[in-house]
Amino acid sequence: MNTNSNVYTVIYTTILVVIVAAILAFAASALKSRQQANADLAKMKTIMMAANMGQNPDGSVDKSADFMKLYNDHITNAFVVDAEGNVVEGVDAFKDIDLKSQFSALKKGQEVKLPVYECTMDDGRKVNILAMYGAGLWGAIWGYVAVEDDNETVAGAIFDHASETPGLGAKIAEPPFYTQFRGKKLSDAGQFSSVKVIKGGANGSENGVDAISGATMTSKAVSASLEQWLGAYKAFLTGRPAAKECCGACEGDSEKECCCSENCEGECDNEPVNTEKDE
Amino acid sequence: MNKDIYTKPFFLTNPITVLVLGICSSLAVTVQLKGALVMALSVTIVTACSSLILSLLRNTIPNRVRIIVQLVVVAMFVILIDQFLQAFAYDTSKMLSVYIGLIITNCIIMGRIEAFALGNKPWPSFVDGACNGLGYGMILIIVAFFRELLGSGTLFGFQVIPASWYMENGGWYMNNGLMILPPMALILLGCVVWIQRSIQKELQEK
Repeated sequence: MNTNSNVYTVIYTTILVVIVAAILAFAASALKSRQQANADLAKMKTIMMAANMGQNPDGSVDKSADFMKLYNDHITNAFVVDAEGNVVEGVDAFKDIDLKSQFSALKKGQEVKLPVYECTMDDGRKVNILAMYGAGLWGAIWGYVAVEDDNETVAGAIFDHASETPGLGAKIAEPPFYTQFRGKKLSDAGQFSSVKVIKGGANGSENGVDAISGATMTSKAVSASLEQWLGAYKAFLTGRPAAKECCGACEGDSEKECCCSENCEGECDNEPVNTEKDE
Repeated sequence: MNKDIYTKPFFLTNPITVLVLGICSSLAVTVQLKGALVMALSVTIVTACSSLILSLLRNTIPNRVRIIVQLVVVAMFVILIDQFLQAFAYDTSKMLSVYIGLIITNCIIMGRIEAFALGNKPWPSFVDGACNGLGYGMILIIVAFFRELLGSGTLFGFQVIPASWYMENGGWYMNNGLMILPPMALILLGCVVWIQRSIQKELQEK
């Protein structure tokens, strides 16, 4: 048979591609539930780690911990809030919220849906576990922050990343960095404030932690993402709506509600804050 | 079967140190032994299986679309490996991230198919593919051994350098941060090539 004829070539490649596609489709659908279970378990693990559960005393992962059991036993309520602090009905915090798309909504100033996991600790105390997602130096960074029921004290935090530099930025996912957040305050001189990652050392500051030396960009990214997300959670935490986006846009644009004089916090900054790094 | 098929890929025609193929992934996945081992096994399975399949098909493949047919078969195995890792070794699959998918761009695979599988019977092709994958894996493991030991003080995640040696615990030792970064993998690879060439004189140019 002439294997170089056009008809043969077309039929051959068609049959080959159909067979390969069938094999791949079968494999993908057969393994899907297992893969989803793995992804869910990894998410439960990060959430529980934020509340300091399933950890050794030094903050590293307790490899014998059963995170699914921990999650089911301790997460007594999971819900979604918006930037005004109101609970959004009909949305499953665990399954329906994709942090990445919420992050882009947050950046554009659109309406956001923020997941909150209420975790009952062994001693009966309740902490709220809040999510965070942002752009690191090379790829996405994300994490969870657990806040005590005084809505001010951080119980714990955990971070992870897609592709920060090993040995430098990747240290945000290691105990010496994230255990620093325990006991920090979400306030600065009576005002609501995010926890800041401070280059050169926090020196025991109430709402600051030490940055990672050699990883300035990743440290800054953690700080900025925390500020952005905790800012969005502010209304939920404090019962007061967040300050409106400021402020330069008011001039010459009478349509927009001018907020400079009223709700705005701090100095107005006309330059848009660019949180997106080269990715 | 010629015994060269078994031995050559490990030394005389080692894909990494002699043919200088697959360098990119050997820099990327050798920070830890576990990742290197999984990568080595994945590449071995892909080269061996795709060599076998393409050798079986070798007399039917239309010559003009030969490369595309090879790519389709290789891609299928790569995607299958990726799916299996996600289902059964989730943490490792997270750690290797894109590099599993990038196995398809590993020149060793296409190189062995073009150079060997398309002109030989299925069983020798399978062995040739497997041995080339293992020869690649051998170098990966050597490099990863030194990078993990000197860069993190661990092997397969277990602490081997005593904790009391470290400076933060009052000792004298510190992990070498450079070992974790890709440039050091290249330097280590150079050292491996150097040692191999000084032992195997036939590799030296006159």
